[in-house]
Amino acid sequence: MENKIDGYDAYVRTDNLIQSLRLKVTGVYCAGCIQKIESTLNDLNGVQKCRLNFTTGALIIDWQGKISRANDFVQYIIDLGYEVAPYQDGDKTITQKNNFLLMCMGVSGFAAGNIMLLSFGLWITDQNTMGDATRDFLHLISALIAIPAILFSGRPFFKSAWSALKHKYTNMDVPISLALILATGMSVHELMRGGEHVYFDSALMLCFFLLIGRYLDFKARANARSAATDLMSALSGFATIMDGKKTRKIPTRDVLPDMIVIVAMGEKIPVDGVIENGETDIDTSLVTGETLPRHATKGTDVFAGTLNLSATIAVRVIKESRDSLLSDIVHLMEQAELGQATYARLADRAAKFYTPMVHTLAITAFLLWFFVVGIVWQDALMIAVTVLIITCPCALGLAVPVAQVLSTGQLLRQKIMVKSGDALERLAKIDYIFFDKTGTLTNAKPTLIGDHRQDDLQFAASIASHSHHPLSQSIAQSYDGDLFSIDDVIEIAGQGLKGRYKGKNILLGNSKLLNINQANDDLMSLYLSIDGATPILFQFENSLRRDAKPVLKNLKNKNLKLALLSGDRCSVVKNIAKDLNFDEMHGDLNPAEKYKYLENAKAQNRTVLMVGDGLNDAPVLAGSDVSMAPGTAIGLAQNAADIVFMGDDLNPVDIAHTMAIRTQNIVKQNFTIAVLYNMVAIPMAFMGLVTPMIAAIAMSGSSILVIANSFRLKLKS
Amino acid sequence: MSILVFLIPLALILGLIGLGTFVWSLKSGQYDDLDGAANRILIDEDNKIN
Repeated sequence: MENKIDGYDAYVRTDNLIQSLRLKVTGVYCAGCIQKIESTLNDLNGVQKCRLNFTTGALIIDWQGKISRANDFVQYIIDLGYEVAPYQDGDKTITQKNNFLLMCMGVSGFAAGNIMLLSFGLWITDQNTMGDATRDFLHLISALIAIPAILFSGRPFFKSAWSALKHKYTNMDVPISLALILATGMSVHELMRGGEHVYFDSALMLCFFLLIGRYLDFKARANARSAATDLMSALSGFATIMDGKKTRKIPTRDVLPDMIVIVAMGEKIPVDGVIENGETDIDTSLVTGETLPRHATKGTDVFAGTLNLSATIAVRVIKESRDSLLSDIVHLMEQAELGQATYARLADRAAKFYTPMVHTLAITAFLLWFFVVGIVWQDALMIAVTVLIITCPCALGLAVPVAQVLSTGQLLRQKIMVKSGDALERLAKIDYIFFDKTGTLTNAKPTLIGDHRQDDLQFAASIASHSHHPLSQSIAQSYDGDLFSIDDVIEIAGQGLKGRYKGKNILLGNSKLLNINQANDDLMSLYLSIDGATPILFQFENSLRRDAKPVLKNLKNKNLKLALLSGDRCSVVKNIAKDLNFDEMHGDLNPAEKYKYLENAKAQNRTVLMVGDGLNDAPVLAGSDVSMAPGTAIGLAQNAADIVFMGDDLNPVDIAHTMAIRTQNIVKQNFTIAVLYNMVAIPMAFMGLVTPMIAAIAMSGSSILVIANSFRLKLKS
Repeated sequence: MSILVFLIPLALILGLIGLGTFVWSLKSGQYDDLDGAANRILIDEDNKIN
């Protein structure tokens, strides 16, 4: 077997005779994949450890022996049918943050549990039975546990609140931090003067509950890994260059202008350039979204990321890899994602009016009690702090993440993967949907239509199986009997295939190959000619997903405006748009033009959902308010999209939208519950009627109510 | 009430042991790949046992 992989040895780390390689494997979806990869590699000689992280796709291989074996390992994995790239360390920060939150959660959970043991005694026993000395002793132990625990596990809130205040805005973490600090500070003060009540338990429970919400929220979002990291690995492949008379593989990023790159049949073109030598068909669907390949000869411009289909070509490099069209699209995507980052999440918007309101209330309580009623300042401050504690947005902090995590889980069971929690929040608000055509509304590959004689199909499939052309592959796939072995098959770029079978000439190609005068030459057809007999016509179409029509009708009934944006020819786009009753349609678009339509829509204050699958959709996917991609989409598009759906149906778009609206309703109910609770609790705290026990019960009560309400998402579906 | 001198440290020590175990499991990477563990349980390893 010819080893096509080269260059991975540069990524190997050596430690004490053991070589170690980290790879990023994509396409791992189930237990079978893990087993296939791990057992294949583990069975190889010298491999000591091979472990695949299912969540991140990171594969670690440790072995003893030559460094160059790295390339063999990569070849094995590729032969199993997975895509491999050198591992980028971008994921590390996510793991670190995850562990940090878990650690805070663990510590606060431990401390809260232990303090509750003590508090239980304090609550159920009256003053006379316990005695002041024991009470103060238990308070002291509580303080010793609570103070370090709050300082340690409150950090996620303190940090976020501090950075918000530094940039002169507020978020939910400001009142949380303030309540934590004040409750602890007040309790320390009470402890020192031997007071009757301390609030350590409330503060810690609050911290623990909120950390649970924070962790769920983070988990839901961690999957939305930065698209840019993965794009870098798309550019981190290798290119074969001519070095004098010999060929040599170098990393794509080291390719310089004017080098000659050799691209074999079936390989991706790594850089932007001009064909120097050779004639071929190029599948440009990645960049333009076009179904059919383009014919390319000497002097034609070719772009990085497109696929060379029919013959080996030599390409003279025009631009360095980082300036290629692919990089431009990457750049456009990064820009677009920046634009999206300004989206204010519901919880933060709530905090914007909630925070000042709560603080004003607390200050008013203090002023009223101290100046108007005239009690000592310690008692007045105590009441103010109680107001702050009781209004602390425990339920508010849980309202959004719990509902989102539950509905994300529901959707996952229907093979719809929501990568970020707030995607549902944004999806609920859309009023405009952009659809890509090829691969999104239609199935990814063209299919053969009409009836054909089995003999003809057998001949066509036999010769077609020699080609990478999408039409040939479609013919080859629609015949599943035995194939003839055709001799001397040659592929003529831009025309078709020629071969011989038992002395007969077999031709399969377009009208040009068969010298037929076709006035109305349709690109989606092929002719088969056996030894000069009358040519037989094969026609193809990009068939629509089977439920496209009803799904689009449903969406339209929900008062959503539908637009079709495609890189395909206008005539094709027009037909489909009319058939499916689209409000708007645009054909012949390149990625930048597609993005323009998005900007226009945004300028009209529209909230846009983009559904697309190609590289040409990636900027729009990244920049739209929310985006979906089918599981057949290229990795880049899947990364840019907020939601990825599996299967052959278009229905997930409708399901996800319905679910998003339901989730949003639940979230609103949760907010209402939290606000109602506050409306009862605040006046009581304000009047100085609330004891610590009532505060603690009321606080967890409202949290439990919010969680229970969220679980309705799971019951009724 | 002198029983407290014994019971409170005991409760704290037990809690600390729990916390220590949690920190150990976190540090040894047991939370790195939660989905992987759920899938690995399905892998049949009969051919490995002999």
